[in-house]
Amino acid sequence: MAQATAKGGAGGRAVLNMVLFYTFIAIFVLVSILPLVWVFKMSIVTKSELFASPPTIIPQNLTPSSYQTIFSDPAFIKALRNSVIISGVTTIICLFFGSIAAYAIARLRFRFKSTVMTLILAISFFPAVAIIAPLFIQFSQVGLINTYWSVIVADVVFALPLTVWILVAFFKELPRDLEEAAKVDGATTIQAFRMVIVPLAAPGVFTTAILTFIFAWNEFLFANTFLFDESTQPVTVVIPNFATVYTVDYGAQAAAAVVVTIPLVILVLIFQRRIVSGLTAGAVKG
Amino acid sequence: MTTASTEKKGRGSVFKEEFANPERRTAYYMVLPTLVIILVIAFFPILYSIILSVTDSTITGIGSFVGAENYIEMFQNPDFREGLVNTLIFTVVSVTLEFFIGLGIALAINRAFRGRGLVRAAVLVPWAFPTVISAVMWRLMFQDQIGIVNYVANAIGLISQPILSDRTLLLMAAILVDVWKTTPFMALLLLAGLQVIPGDVYEAARVDGANVMQRFFRITLPLLKPAILVAVLFRTLDSYRVYDLFWAMSNRELESLSTFVYKGVRITQLQFAQGNAAAVFIFVTAFLIALFFIKVLGMQTSTEE
Repeated sequence: MAQATAKGGAGGRAVLNMVLFYTFIAIFVLVSILPLVWVFKMSIVTKSELFASPPTIIPQNLTPSSYQTIFSDPAFIKALRNSVIISGVTTIICLFFGSIAAYAIARLRFRFKSTVMTLILAISFFPAVAIIAPLFIQFSQVGLINTYWSVIVADVVFALPLTVWILVAFFKELPRDLEEAAKVDGATTIQAFRMVIVPLAAPGVFTTAILTFIFAWNEFLFANTFLFDESTQPVTVVIPNFATVYTVDYGAQAAAAVVVTIPLVILVLIFQRRIVSGLTAGAVKG
Repeated sequence: MTTASTEKKGRGSVFKEEFANPERRTAYYMVLPTLVIILVIAFFPILYSIILSVTDSTITGIGSFVGAENYIEMFQNPDFREGLVNTLIFTVVSVTLEFFIGLGIALAINRAFRGRGLVRAAVLVPWAFPTVISAVMWRLMFQDQIGIVNYVANAIGLISQPILSDRTLLLMAAILVDVWKTTPFMALLLLAGLQVIPGDVYEAARVDGANVMQRFFRITLPLLKPAILVAVLFRTLDSYRVYDLFWAMSNRELESLSTFVYKGVRITQLQFAQGNAAAVFIFVTAFLIALFFIKVLGMQTSTEE
């Protein structure tokens, strides 16, 4: 600002540009977050205010009753637990296999590397819905239907390319000499990976973990196909059904949506820089 | 995809040579588990799907061979046709909107400014939501008794009936939600692409007297092309398999290709074989879309430097 005015004549235009720019940014940010703010408002007002016409902009009569309703619903608590288990296990499995494969792709030389990478990436273009019938049949034959594993196994396949892709980008950025020094000192490839790369790559691995977790937390198709009853269903399956459970209790529906998204919003706010670098890592370098 | 064996050598001896080298052997062992998981759980089932689609199959297994019968029945099914039309409209309109808005945003925020972190965090919020949950949230806002969007649209005379009870309005609403949710992602990918364009290219063009429009069409767009293709292909294939959004927002009324498959597999088992034909249809057409981007538009798939 000070710089702009110091330029004298051009200053007016610079200030105007600045104002226009920040107005644009403000609109953009508002459009992004306003729906969430509005649903949050719906979840904290009384029923009569919820149905008021015209609607109130600033909440007037606050009540925690919507949250009490959903937190006293055992089905909701159970669904939250199921979501945590499914996403957590999926993340761990993906990181295990993904980091091993990504290390080989990023650091080792081998002939069919681009074939391997193409095959892995092909999954990101793969319509999951095309295989739900065969998976359903196979999972029923081995008794996996209605267990966490049915969803975890399917989720792992579709999250792995994401995990590998981001980890490859992170691994490539690590300095090569450290590893070579380890090898000169007599470490094997596996030891170099475990003792040198893994600790150094921890921030990258952590970012990948967050992204994989979000991916699994948000998954709906497999969960809605393979899980029949509420004992194993995650929140993504249970909450849309609240429209029929809490038919006119829109406040409770809003509260449930807020509770499920809060952990994600917090993750995003804390780790936004890392998430962005992870998300865009593969895309630009390609 | 790439033919690694350009030299005239048998495949077997290439593998033998690769495995003779300890570093390379280790590399193969390291990628093997991931490859096996992907092949067994994604590629093998698609073959299974194809078999199911040409037989008189049910949820319990494969039946007798019926040729293209399931496909013919599928194309005659009005539900399938409605799903196909909805999916195409949804994909084309939402990806087009997302691309232009996303590009505008990326160009605008491609500079250092105060509060950049905040903006980035704000745009990530919709992206991080589960699609079904954003559908639930928007459904509440579109709802005719308490929905703010419905209220405003009604008040300014934009709509005459409740949004959620009209299929066309529902489809438009779904497009709106998709644009809201995924434009930030598009903008981030394009922004990342913009940031790798070196500044001196613009400087040189400016010295040569190129104006803003020329700089945009001659420099920005061509250099941004790889990022654009990746972002647009991702979004296109994502929209093309739309399922969660339609399912949760319309109370299962809005048909897409994916909801048609789902109904066949899990709801009306009479349509199981047709559902599988639709599954194969989605797979093949999605593959053709990707192929179009790679072969015709020249998208780069190699990740090698």
